[in-house]
Amino acid sequence: MTALLEVAGLRVVYRGRPPVRAVDGVDLRVGAGQVVGLVGESGCGKSTVARTICGLVKPAAGAVVFDGIPVTPLGLRRRPAALTRIQMVFQDPYASLHPRRRIGAQIGDGVRAATARGGETGPGAEPARGDGTGSGAEPAWWLRRVGLEPDAARRYPHEFSGGQRQRIAIARALAARPDLLIGDEPISALDASTQAVVAALMRDLAVDSGAGLLFISHDLSVVRLIADRLIVMYRGRIVESGPAQVIWEDPQHPYTQSLLAAVPVPDGLGTMPAPPADDAHYPLDQVLR
Amino acid sequence: MSALEITALTLRIHGAEILRGVDLGLAAGRIQGLAGESGSGKTMTGLAVLGLLPAGSQVTGSISYGEQELLALPPRRRNDLRGAEIAMVFQDPSTSLHPMLSVGAQLTDHLRHHLKLDRAASRARAAELLGRVRIPDPAAALHRYPHQFSGGQRQRIAIAIALACSPKVLIADEPTTALDVTVQAGVLHLLRDLATEMGLAVLLITHDLGVMSAVADRVAVMRHGEVVENGDRLQVFTSPAHPYTASLLASLPGAAGGVRTLDDVRALRELS
Repeated sequence: MTALLEVAGLRVVYRGRPPVRAVDGVDLRVGAGQVVGLVGESGCGKSTVARTICGLVKPAAGAVVFDGIPVTPLGLRRRPAALTRIQMVFQDPYASLHPRRRIGAQIGDGVRAATARGGETGPGAEPARGDGTGSGAEPAWWLRRVGLEPDAARRYPHEFSGGQRQRIAIARALAARPDLLIGDEPISALDASTQAVVAALMRDLAVDSGAGLLFISHDLSVVRLIADRLIVMYRGRIVESGPAQVIWEDPQHPYTQSLLAAVPVPDGLGTMPAPPADDAHYPLDQVLR
Repeated sequence: MSALEITALTLRIHGAEILRGVDLGLAAGRIQGLAGESGSGKTMTGLAVLGLLPAGSQVTGSISYGEQELLALPPRRRNDLRGAEIAMVFQDPSTSLHPMLSVGAQLTDHLRHHLKLDRAASRARAAELLGRVRIPDPAAALHRYPHQFSGGQRQRIAIAIALACSPKVLIADEPTTALDVTVQAGVLHLLRDLATEMGLAVLLITHDLGVMSAVADRVAVMRHGEVVENGDRLQVFTSPAHPYTASLLASLPGAAGGVRTLDDVRALRELS
């Protein structure tokens, strides 16, 4: 059985002196309705993997195949309609939403992407109601799905809080009826109290519509709640992967162990997180479960 | 005995009420945490102590530092205190350090201005400070530029600059928020050690209750410009007195009474 998304032998090199091997041989799969969490520290290559999957970065080697279609790097022209089935939610909703367009118009872009593919009543759509807000063709319907008031469609991004803006970005992505949703640190700019809620919202909306979700974050404590599988990246490579709960409870790779030990726990006991040894270098052997 | 005492601090900026009657005390050698969501007034509280409030600010109440009432001091006198006795560390070391000045220049500038040290003495002191924050090869590091250091090292350098004049009070505004967790752990250890060894009174501003739980001695929680709760760390985390604190903790994985499963998070969403 082939997965919805298959990444094999992916390598990405950024030019420079010396060139940076940002991603150095990554294999991963995301199935329909599956939530895969990708974690690691800044510079480990996790965002580069995400950007390559949606064609924003050109790989040096390897293949990204989405539902049997090879993903081609984005050129100057509009991207192929089939690839609008991959949608992304970025880290900073202040930057990813257009400041001078109304929310409704921006969500409308997503709806149009779906219509252009000839999609309409995709999974999760409801029959239209008399007030015109009952179908996935209406921005207001998507706003309701992410827990916002329909009249938000008439307003502008600056009128919303960070958490609300990220919900809007999620609504925009979902309105295009993606089969694969990618979140690149979608919760790290949010207040702690809304992080888990927004992450769970993304998970539920993606899974309910039958889409796969690749959720990238450095915050293990939230990712493990919403992901089915976890992938841990270190220096451009995958060092550990497996069922999220198993890795959380019993990390095998020394890097994963030190990453988990460094997460401060809000239990009020004054336990200091353990810093790794200075200049620690971990083996790049993989633990795959 | 507190090193710095904030009493009934109220702040209006262009008429908008930003802080309402904030009371907080900082004690030598102790870390006072200040938690809250974005927009709750934590950063403004720190800036009020430093005297760095934006134009159009009207402040009432009191901030007493030893015998001195900071709010009554002339700007010149506050400039003398700022950086020398009351120091600060900001969130993002890549913007708080000057990209085109060597680390040595940024450290010694400070020492020469406040302590009137000469060139040789200030360089010696700068190298000592870099060693104190565990930058490898401090003497060579003085000649290097911020971009040649990692994010964690840059924040250590920012801390070294803050400590240069042996301040009594340190305002640390989200000092580890821009760092990876493994790097954060090292910086937290450093802050904890410095507070204890130097007898620093630290105001640690952070929205990250995990960080708070690791290093703060006391925890204050702000909301809408008010301190809704201030108490001993263990008490605030395990039996919060204010419902807002309880609701913050309930949303966190790993907190007592916090979310443990996906279903817990879904239940939380139903409530909100």
